Amino acid sequence: MPLFRNIASMIALLPMIVISLTVFVGCIIYSFVYSLTNSKLVPVMNYVGFDQYERLFKQRKWDVAVENIFIYGFVFTIGCLVIGFLLAVLIDQKIRGESLFRTIFLYPYAVCIAAVWQGAGFVMVLMLAGLRGIDEDIWKSLSIEGVAKWKSYLFVILPMLRPMVVTAIVLIAAGVVKVYDLILALTSGGPGYATTTPAMYVMENFFSRANLGQAFAASIIMFISVVCILAPWAFYEFYLRNKYAAN
Amino acid sequence: MGGKMKKFFSILLTLFLPISFTNVSKAAGHMEAEVIHWWTSGGEQAAISQFAEAWQEMGNTWIDTAITGGDNARGTTVNRIIGGNPPTAAQFNISKQFVDLVEQGLLQSLEEVASAEGWRDFIYPPELIETCEFEGEFYCVPVNIHSWQWMWINNDVYKQVGLPVPQTFEEFLAGAPKIQEAGIIPLALGGQGWQESGMFDVVASSIMGFPLMRSVYRDKDIDAFRDGRFESVLNTYRELNQFTDEGSPGRLWNDTTAMVIEGKAAMQVMGDWARGEFAVAGMEAMKDYSCVIPGKEKYVALGGDVFVFPKNDDPKVKDTQLAMASMMVNPTVQAKFNNAKGSLPMRLDVDTSAADACMQMGLDLIQNPDAIMRESDDWNTPAFTAAWGDIISEFRNDPNYTVAQAMDDLEGVLTSGL
Amino acid sequence: MSVIPSGPRPKHLTIGRIGMYCFILVCAIFFLMPLYVMVITSLKDMDEIRAANILNLPKELSFYSWPKAWSQACTGFVCEGLKPGFFNSIKITVPSVIVSVGLSAINGYALAFWRFKGAYFFFGLCMFGAFIPYQVMVYPLLKIEDALGIYSTLPGIILVHTIFGMPILTLIFRNFYASLPIDLFKAARIDGGNFVKIFFYVIIPMSTPITIVAVILQVTGIWNDFLLGLVFAGRDNQPMTVQLNNIVQVDYGVAEYNVDMSATILTSLVPLFVYFISGRWFVRGIAAGAIKG
Repeated sequence: MPLFRNIASMIALLPMIVISLTVFVGCIIYSFVYSLTNSKLVPVMNYVGFDQYERLFKQRKWDVAVENIFIYGFVFTIGCLVIGFLLAVLIDQKIRGESLFRTIFLYPYAVCIAAVWQGAGFVMVLMLAGLRGIDEDIWKSLSIEGVAKWKSYLFVILPMLRPMVVTAIVLIAAGVVKVYDLILALTSGGPGYATTTPAMYVMENFFSRANLGQAFAASIIMFISVVCILAPWAFYEFYLRNKYAAN
Repeated sequence: MGGKMKKFFSILLTLFLPISFTNVSKAAGHMEAEVIHWWTSGGEQAAISQFAEAWQEMGNTWIDTAITGGDNARGTTVNRIIGGNPPTAAQFNISKQFVDLVEQGLLQSLEEVASAEGWRDFIYPPELIETCEFEGEFYCVPVNIHSWQWMWINNDVYKQVGLPVPQTFEEFLAGAPKIQEAGIIPLALGGQGWQESGMFDVVASSIMGFPLMRSVYRDKDIDAFRDGRFESVLNTYRELNQFTDEGSPGRLWNDTTAMVIEGKAAMQVMGDWARGEFAVAGMEAMKDYSCVIPGKEKYVALGGDVFVFPKNDDPKVKDTQLAMASMMVNPTVQAKFNNAKGSLPMRLDVDTSAADACMQMGLDLIQNPDAIMRESDDWNTPAFTAAWGDIISEFRNDPNYTVAQAMDDLEGVLTSGL
Repeated sequence: MSVIPSGPRPKHLTIGRIGMYCFILVCAIFFLMPLYVMVITSLKDMDEIRAANILNLPKELSFYSWPKAWSQACTGFVCEGLKPGFFNSIKITVPSVIVSVGLSAINGYALAFWRFKGAYFFFGLCMFGAFIPYQVMVYPLLKIEDALGIYSTLPGIILVHTIFGMPILTLIFRNFYASLPIDLFKAARIDGGNFVKIFFYVIIPMSTPITIVAVILQVTGIWNDFLLGLVFAGRDNQPMTVQLNNIVQVDYGVAEYNVDMSATILTSLVPLFVYFISGRWFVRGIAAGAIKG
């Protein structure tokens, strides 16, 4: 496509580009710089090399936190997706009192009771929005061909909802990576620090431990791990797929 | 209005004020102060109101910014300082928490008012001066003392099993199996890190004494740490833990105190703020419950709160800050504040006739300079005390974690330079 | 365009349908348990809360905790309950939701239909933002807002919510638009539509369900936010959650669980209300309708 046609698009995306560069990239650089200092309560330029990282990797607590996040991540992602999708399909069946049930399933999201409830509720509305966008004709032709309902949902409709599933996974993953308040409310990371998470480790070092350098180092490691896991997938999802689709 | 007139009016005003602020000539004129603190529960609200009301009686405005949780409140203070919008005054603990702010030149020196009013002469115990003084200048105002060194005991439980109320951890341990047989939890301990490490320090000081504790916590003296007594502290702590319940992780201290109040548990080690819970439950000190300072050597630990005053670009703010600092140490205000808070005042010439039996015990003890004990966080950074607490917590929760391992890990923290 | 849902044809009651209803009911009960406990606890007095099982119905209804939570509970020296924070939360939430959802919708639209070289590189950078812990961004944002002169102001907190919402919201909109039939867009282009026109006349009318999802996400997130409001909103705009925390979380003192529960329920009413009314717009077949229309 000729360039000039997309100038409007560039202008429209300018806020996103500016924010991404200044805030998101800026924050990562800032965190990295201060992770090389021994900042305690306030950020101070007092260079100590990679001491903070060395200390981080010596912490048993950090190992436990990393281990936990994989367990939570797995259980949480699968749990939310399956339950959320199931609820969305059920509510899609033209049931009575749909509005009421949808509110019920969403409400823990409002009062922050437990992880899967929250996540599942949101996945449900996301999927429901997707389901409501499916063309009527597809249902008609499926029913003419006599395909069983559950088969239609699983093999025809779910693949069509792929973008929604991708959104849901990213959303849940971002939630898992950052989860600390929930654990704090439920167990305070205890007994001992058996249920702590990397985000809690960062949070603790930020606030109660007044150990900023360590907090920044931990968040940089968290960030690098996320990039390593997500970047190849994102490259495929948003770049390669589109490229082939365009050709 | 001329200077003379202004002064005249201010004198006139002072005459009519219920509290006289002798040294606060600058206080004349309306001042507005925003104070960040974390006192949001019943007794705490009553206490901060004493400051606020005294401030308002001086003809000033008090803007109250209450934020639950010390971490949140302190975090907000630091954020607002960095963002260039600092509060007039902010609460911290008696500890090393705010050292960074002093070193970065972010706090207002209070030396002007401190030397004019002779703070160094009346602040008691003098250890409090050490907390606030940096390079010969005052940077914080201590407002109260809260001691951790208490065992809270349900008298009925001990009557029921026919044992005298224990005065030491050894006596407690001797009677604990009998209490357990009666179907009562001997020791109530909540599942939060600060409760576990708080109790640990009480056990440590009552068993090995404060001088040795100081060698370890302040001087990081490894020989003292390894001389055998610290191991016995760990052993006693482990023994005590055999008499706790499973305890839900994250159980709050006050829910834990409730177990003692209801007679489900016999004893809890907790700071003097626990007294408020007994009072609310309608229990009378020494009759329904006992407060015991454990050990042969009895101590008052110097925990508590201070206020700091962040520097402000506006020069008028400094006068406001000095006036408020002066108000906080005023003996009349101190009496009202500490009676409401249930804590000990930071000077001796204060009316404490409202004190109950337990508080009186603390007041008597604190007059003895040898009985004054400082806490680890008075010498160490929050990062150090937290790393130390992690090990104590792991030691409590993991029975496979041996005393020898814990000693090695604790030594690691002592030498870590945190 | 019809507002009457026209999905799979409703059938008469079959065993399968009864089973389905049972399943939904069981799920609903499971989801409602915590709310049930909260409501009945808020209606008990403290003696009963201490004495009885949390699942028991109250022996005597006591309603005092509700007005107390709303307008009397003390949060420090001031005893005005949740009321002042409620209006602050509205002031923060309404503009933040509108700005962040609007901006992200445009982002998603531009990314899905008007790609240019490098657009996805920046999108990728933006997605990083979803994975950076909040706390890490606080200090740089403080400095930025201080430099812009909007620290501790309403625009300051709105900007912060817009920034934090952008990665996920942009992704939601992009992926929704990417799933729309591309023929629709091509047809609009042939008819001479430009960037702005197509957005307003073709895309917005089809965006209702996904906008509702985005609004639900943002209303919930911003309404429940505590940390960002505390740090960026300034003293005069402190959201309701700051007061809620002051009432509910007690470090050293006596907890009044019934007031806590009333306060928590009161705070969650606005998101609940949004969830409930959002149903009106959850209509099937909008995209299909647009194609035919």
